[in-house]
Amino acid sequence: MPTPSPVVLELDNVSVAYESRAGAVNAVRDVSLKVEKDSIVGLVGESGCGKSTLAYAIMRLLKANAHVTQGSIRVNNQDVYALSAKELRKFRWNEMSMVFQSAMSALNPVMMVEDQIFDVFRSHRPNMSRSDVLKRAKELLSLVRIDHKHLKSYPHELSGGMKQRIVIAIAIALEPSLVIMDEPTTALDVVVQRSILDQIKEIQREKHFAILFISHDFSLVAELASRVAVMYAGRLVENSPAYGLRNSEGHHPYTQGLMRAIPKLTADEVTIDGIPGNPPDLITLPNGCAYHPRCPFVFELCETTKPERYRTGESELECHLFASERRGSHV
Amino acid sequence: MHYIVNRLIFFVLSLWAAVTINFALPRLMPGNPALAMFAKFQGQMQPQALKALELQFGFNNQPWYIQYFTYLRELVTGHWGLSFTYYPTPVTTVIHNSLPWTLGLVGVATVLSVFLGTALGIFISWRRGGFWDNILPPVTMFFQAVPYFWMALVLLFVFGFKLSWFPMAHGYGEGMPAGWNRPFLSSMLYHAVLPGITIFLGSFSGWMIGMRNNMIYTLGEDYVVFAEAKGVSPQRLMIMYAARNAILPQVTSFAIAIGNVVSGSILTEVVFSYPGIGNQLNTAVLNEDYPLIQAAFLIIAIAVLVANLVVDLLYTRLDPRVRTEGATA
Repeated sequence: MPTPSPVVLELDNVSVAYESRAGAVNAVRDVSLKVEKDSIVGLVGESGCGKSTLAYAIMRLLKANAHVTQGSIRVNNQDVYALSAKELRKFRWNEMSMVFQSAMSALNPVMMVEDQIFDVFRSHRPNMSRSDVLKRAKELLSLVRIDHKHLKSYPHELSGGMKQRIVIAIAIALEPSLVIMDEPTTALDVVVQRSILDQIKEIQREKHFAILFISHDFSLVAELASRVAVMYAGRLVENSPAYGLRNSEGHHPYTQGLMRAIPKLTADEVTIDGIPGNPPDLITLPNGCAYHPRCPFVFELCETTKPERYRTGESELECHLFASERRGSHV
Repeated sequence: MHYIVNRLIFFVLSLWAAVTINFALPRLMPGNPALAMFAKFQGQMQPQALKALELQFGFNNQPWYIQYFTYLRELVTGHWGLSFTYYPTPVTTVIHNSLPWTLGLVGVATVLSVFLGTALGIFISWRRGGFWDNILPPVTMFFQAVPYFWMALVLLFVFGFKLSWFPMAHGYGEGMPAGWNRPFLSSMLYHAVLPGITIFLGSFSGWMIGMRNNMIYTLGEDYVVFAEAKGVSPQRLMIMYAARNAILPQVTSFAIAIGNVVSGSILTEVVFSYPGIGNQLNTAVLNEDYPLIQAAFLIIAIAVLVANLVVDLLYTRLDPRVRTEGATA
């Protein structure tokens, strides 16, 4: 057994709620998750399941109407919410950074690319000389394969893929140990998406930072990450090693649904099975397991009792089917 | 560069259009200034005098294109005709004497209103929900909602008539020799206070609330959140990331506002008997002083066009997206 890698990100029973006139919206509920050094963990789920909220909560960038209501978020063993505003400003980007969902609009339209890269060093390394900063900016652009001449470009002069690469370059500028990537390729076409993913993998292998990769694209995450966490209605319903996701056995019914939703292009007929129904309203969640109204394996207990977290092998699941007395009977 | 050439061509074309419309409009109207003056004397004038008047005002039966080229030549050489009101003073002299007063009063008040309003808009949006954010918008909105000429009358009554803190009329003390000396300049400033405040209060709220709303919208943009995350200091975030983008719509409104400076505050000038071009235009209309009206309109049109050209060029400095045209996504 190799010694376990140090944990970079540790979420312990984290819940996040938005205030709204209709009541508290429980976007994230009791999420516990670990991301180890030098690893890629995927976080998947439908739109509105709380993935991005969790990412913003980790970065402590939640809007004023959202709050972490319980649990702790530790990055490099530092409680993110115990930092003062000034410490937080230093901590972010040095220890953890984030690539936004909408890279297309993450760059200031009236500033040259170089100024937006320099700003990271101006804020975090005020003693660095101008020539060193320029040298470092060029290194970063080389890393994401962008021509140095684009230091003098404005965002509107770049393609979507180039903008996203520059945002990634800015995110890894200070070599943080954790980079959160919130749907970094969603706005891009498949070809560009592929080349960016390959680059992310390559840079990660070279720089050894951990990535929390958030996406709604199950197949993409299963390929990229070493572990995959599946989120449904604010809860982590499954956390499994990626290699176990090739067959559907031993997984949460929701995960199985996501697997079936991947189009199989090799089959004679391309078939996609969706998951019937809609994600629940986060203000008035169903009793028991939140997934039960859509679950094909539903039975009485699911409608009344919240499932606990069960361990099977290397997986963690929240589903009554995996309670030890029932194991094997349905899945 | 291409963009600037485009703007210049557009400027020349619209200037030509303004000049041409200014030529055509009075000729499309029924009657002529000579008839108007003849009518004013209510039959005490001999019919032969009408002919004399027409000749005096330069009426002739030349074809329109000859008249048009004569008009253009006279326009360029500065022969804009004689004012009826101040006969035989040339119209150019009347404008020359009144335009600087308007530019000084309305121009300075507008620029102050724009800059102070924008700066305060940035400030209150940054401290959104704070004390000043709750106080300033409704209070200033009140002053803007009140008709500005009524505001002028109230100020005149309270501070001019009742309290006698400020003069009631004119641009400077009576009988003072005009000149760039201290007593004259201080008298000029003293006379400009009340009309200046009127104009300032009439537009300040719009600039402040406009900038505040732009800022709030911009502060929610991803690039501002991303910049905050990457550790940019609050001051730099506010100026270079938020305000720098939020100011762009203000610049466009500013173009319209400086165009309006020349024509802008006719009623304020009338209430305070200010010797500006607005007051002259009012007098000209009352006296059917065609040459003066025509000249004033032309000056207003040119002012709007020049202001727009200047702002267009300024905009290219502020927004790189305009410079390259047809931005690619």
